[in-house]
Amino acid sequence: MKTAVCIKQVVTREWQLRVNDQKTWIRDADASFELNEPDAYALEEALRLKEKHGGEVVVCCAGPARATQVIREALARGADRAIHVESDAFTAADGATVAEALASAVRDEQFDLVLTGLQSDDQGFGQVGVVLAEKLGMPHATIIMDVQVQEGGLRVKRELEGGWFQWVALPMPALLTIQSGINQLRYATLKGIMAAKKKEIRKAAAPAGSEPLQKILSLYVPEKAKQTQLLGGSAADAAKQLVVKLRDEARVLQ
Amino acid sequence: MSVLVIAEQRDGKLNRATWETIAAAQQAGGPLRVAVIGAAVEAVAGELAAAECERVIAVEDQALGEYTADGFVLALSALIEQEQPALVFLPHTYQTRDFAPALAARLGRPLITDVTGVKKDGDRLVCVRPMFQGKLNADVAAGGPPPHLVTCQIGAFRADSAARGAAAAPVVKAAVAVDVSRIRQKPEAPFKEAKQAVDLSQASRIVAVGRGIKAQENLKVAEQLAQALGAELAASRPICDAGWLPMDRQIGSSGQTVAPKLYVALGISGAIQHLVGMKGSRTIVAINKDADAPIFEVADYGIVGDLFEVIPAIVAELNRS
Repeated sequence: MKTAVCIKQVVTREWQLRVNDQKTWIRDADASFELNEPDAYALEEALRLKEKHGGEVVVCCAGPARATQVIREALARGADRAIHVESDAFTAADGATVAEALASAVRDEQFDLVLTGLQSDDQGFGQVGVVLAEKLGMPHATIIMDVQVQEGGLRVKRELEGGWFQWVALPMPALLTIQSGINQLRYATLKGIMAAKKKEIRKAAAPAGSEPLQKILSLYVPEKAKQTQLLGGSAADAAKQLVVKLRDEARVLQ
Repeated sequence: MSVLVIAEQRDGKLNRATWETIAAAQQAGGPLRVAVIGAAVEAVAGELAAAECERVIAVEDQALGEYTADGFVLALSALIEQEQPALVFLPHTYQTRDFAPALAARLGRPLITDVTGVKKDGDRLVCVRPMFQGKLNADVAAGGPPPHLVTCQIGAFRADSAARGAAAAPVVKAAVAVDVSRIRQKPEAPFKEAKQAVDLSQASRIVAVGRGIKAQENLKVAEQLAQALGAELAASRPICDAGWLPMDRQIGSSGQTVAPKLYVALGISGAIQHLVGMKGSRTIVAINKDADAPIFEVADYGIVGDLFEVIPAIVAELNRS
């Protein structure tokens, strides 16, 4: 089975976000970056499917040059090779633009299966995977918590709201968006890191730019919905104040 | 700007989030129509006719009885071409997330998801939505020819603020051709995992842990607080994903929704998927080392500090009083 895993590089969760002067994106020149977490689960699922059914795992990324960091990491975890559609324009691009770039890179590869994370930790529109499926003419299923390969296709477990699930069968080639927690992640071994250095990263040109369909007008810190009483001082002071508040003001300790 | 709302129903039962979406669409302005699709939607259409709108459009087809992404994209792309709305509003449910991006791609139109507010800027609609896990908000505008698609975050608009009409709106039937042979997904019946041992919705106090707890062995610190408060222990998704607590103790859009009288969030940043499961709690306490964590937006009381100093101090204080 030949599987593509689409990955994105995002700023780390711990990174203190600051908005740029135009208020259209964050200041990320000196940020630290990581593999988008749901994509890490998609990669892990692809590696497990390969261990069970054989084949090849190819990492695909539409991102700026610095995204090589997460591509190398994916190769170190066990992916066989990578395709990098490189452009600075992808840093804050909308889902349709990223999906078009990924589609141009994977269209001729004849993948049996394409996996993506269900959404990105930065913009979080949650559409690249499904738009990509439409562009590739593949059937898709989203928010997947289990993947079974069966005669003629796949049987996958979709997560629904509130603890509900549903099995869905679909023919291959297909695209799935993977939910976090579908598996336990592996980390790169030293051997994997060494091996990754010899693996191919094919650079692909970004497709001719079409007008983006949507635009971030401004990015800002949200206003608080509630007036939070911040309790300061030492840990002991804060704890003392909190217990008094909970007992006498909120009356939730009885 | 004419708006078409796509209602969500299953087995003839309306998803309440539809009313929230109607409220959002009314704020966006312009003549409103509401469409509902499925195998038998007459009763739901009648219910929706209470909304202040031009008309309710009922699309019935046996092929739409069970939800499939392909079936819904076929039906809705045809319906949208017939109706020619300027905007299409949908509730940001798991079902919408499954088909709406494909619908937008098929129509070649933009889709702005997870919207929490709408503003009019001349004849353009500006959508407010969270980014970076809720740490920032973004004003986003769609461009190019209509329709533009928008999905509304669950709980962001008030269902009871949706305007009702003086009289019931007319219900009209519309036919769209759904070619069953083009539906590639074959769904089985939805089910619940059997072992849902804990019903957190009944707990009056909950102590919930997030990534900030750092390691499984640190859970005992949270357990001590839960015990001192007489609270149930719960967690945000990453903790259950890691297997540190069972899945049935997960709070959030993919887990349980709770509204206890006291909710203590320990090291939980407050991604929207978590907030939707707990923001109805009466009193919310957040303890987090990051003063900018979105959890503080919903907290009544907040302590910015190290969990492993603050929690034992609270336990000691509770045991003293």
